[in-house]
Amino acid sequence: MGVEQKLGDMGIVTTTLENVVNWSRTNAMWPMLFGLACCAIEMMAAQASHFDMSRFGMELMRASPRQSDLMIVAGRVSRKMAPVLRRLYDQMPEPKWVIAMGDCASCGGVFNNYAIVQGVDEIVPVDVFVAGCPPRPEALIHGVVTLYEKVKGEKFKDLAVK
Amino acid sequence: MDKKLETIVQALQENFSTTFEEFRGEVHVFVKAENIVDALILLRDKYDFELLSALTATDYWPQQSPRFHVIYQLTSLVKNLSVQLRVPLNGDQPKIPTATRVYEIANWRERELLDMFGIEPEGHPDPRRILMPDGTEGHPLRRDFPLGYEEPQFTFNLEEIDLQKPYAKE
Repeated sequence: MGVEQKLGDMGIVTTTLENVVNWSRTNAMWPMLFGLACCAIEMMAAQASHFDMSRFGMELMRASPRQSDLMIVAGRVSRKMAPVLRRLYDQMPEPKWVIAMGDCASCGGVFNNYAIVQGVDEIVPVDVFVAGCPPRPEALIHGVVTLYEKVKGEKFKDLAVK
Repeated sequence: MDKKLETIVQALQENFSTTFEEFRGEVHVFVKAENIVDALILLRDKYDFELLSALTATDYWPQQSPRFHVIYQLTSLVKNLSVQLRVPLNGDQPKIPTATRVYEIANWRERELLDMFGIEPEGHPDPRRILMPDGTEGHPLRRDFPLGYEEPQFTFNLEEIDLQKPYAKE
């Protein structure tokens, strides 16, 4: 079941540019290494052979924000870390997406105190929140696939630079 | 109390007129703030307490006055001994002479005292905050510090709290 059967003998396929671009974005989305706490262990597990996130085109974790499309905030963000996180987000090239992985990154989790940011959506715009403490690798992969669905529906005119 | 420790506690008593109390086999020696550096030098040089294993503080507000106890936990690896020095401190601007010239490790520990309790180490080479970001108001481990608590969102107050949340613009 590949594109060959659908094409038949014609050698032509028609689609929209939006579809092609969004498809290519979802199939090579490189996340940035941003493990902050125990969620990072689950993120590593999601990448490793048992769960194998590379099935969805994410086999490469980039250590540099300049080369990454997706920031997975895995763990609690302290108030001292917050400006660093924002700076790394600003250094990522457009288009860029953010997944808040786990309860701490989503809403502060059990750390309702002076030191921890109560949800990274105070600092960066978040696309997908993944619940769990920590989330299972399946949950993270589900979050990523949810993000793909979101990206596939994106319109160019919404993304245009204002 | 350990026999070897008795002579040490006595020496502290004679030199600095300290008091002591025992709690579950641990000895707490109460020293005045002006004597603490000399007491540390005495313990380090004469009684082989070569390791300052902890330098911290406790806030007993509002039950006790003076409210702070600065705690020096000393260990002697040679003699297998451990002793705790406590300096009671009063007031809103508590100050303690720095121990950095006796134990190098006291540098960061005293910065933590400054950060978390607002206890100022006098003569410290680098008196900055160590854990909290610059510009933080207050000292988090004081008992009268507010918890910095954010109200949890439930279904009945979700929208109300949502309006107050400082979301990132873009």
